[in-house]
Amino acid sequence: MNCAEFVELVTEFLDGAMGEPTELRCLVHLARCEGCETYLDQFRQTSAAVGALPGPNLPPAVRDQLLGAFRGLPRD
Amino acid sequence: MAGPRELPSDEVLVQRLRAGDEETFALVLDSWSGGMLRLAMSFVSTKDSAEEAVQDTWLAVIRGIDNFEGRASLKTWVYRILVNTAKARGTKESRTVPFASLLPEEEGPTVDAERFRAPGEQYAGHWVAGQEPRPWHIPEDHVLRGEVRELIAEAIDELPPRLRTVVTLRDVAGYGSEEVCSLLEISPGNQRVLLHRGRALLRRKLESYLFGAQGVAGGRGRA
Ligand SMILES: [Zn+2]
Repeated sequence: MNCAEFVELVTEFLDGAMGEPTELRCLVHLARCEGCETYLDQFRQTSAAVGALPGPNLPPAVRDQLLGAFRGLPRD
Repeated sequence: MAGPRELPSDEVLVQRLRAGDEETFALVLDSWSGGMLRLAMSFVSTKDSAEEAVQDTWLAVIRGIDNFEGRASLKTWVYRILVNTAKARGTKESRTVPFASLLPEEEGPTVDAERFRAPGEQYAGHWVAGQEPRPWHIPEDHVLRGEVRELIAEAIDELPPRLRTVVTLRDVAGYGSEEVCSLLEISPGNQRVLLHRGRALLRRKLESYLFGAQGVAGGRGRA
């Protein structure tokens, strides 16, 4: 396996979705390729950074309306 | 301040929501609406429409919380309602994002071929010296505040809609690949291709930014 092949397999590798032989070839490649190890780590970090991102805000009027709807719901 | 807060367990959340605890409702509303808006935007044509889809979703959640059975997580349940709502709106607006097959521009290598040694060369397909990714470190608080956060937000908005949908579902909403395939009616292979391409584009943006900002010649062409 070379680096150009490995970089296209990173998502499959992170998902644990590959067959054992391919996974083993990835691990062997990673063990001796610092560049790809870094690439893999950066993929993980990118995914984590996306997850930590606060999204755009709901307009205050919509937020207020939803809070009002929650408050106004009949409960027993 | 705007970062993600630790939410109580689903069991506690659901119990409080059913009891009408407003503070808890505000907490989930504020924690999830941002990611939901981002996701809705990939199905519908305008920001207004995305906001309405999110609004309709929350109204359905408010009315339906008693029916929540806890088979999936609360967040998954809420997102499922959103995906169905946003999809239906998108169809009405003729802005469906069909996932049945891949577009030509979604296939092919996700890393610039120039960064690898050419075929026929020694070590063909391995990183060209100086072109290999250099380790970076993004401190957590740096991600949550400041420019990096803005950069990522912008980069997500610029992703082609299908890539954005899959990246948002997987990395923002935290869905597994099986759930995404069933939500979008897409094959596992195509789901992975779209996710991979989306993440690769985002990683590349971060790379240019982090090394560009530090004045280090990383990533881009050598000369
Ligand atoms: Zn490598």
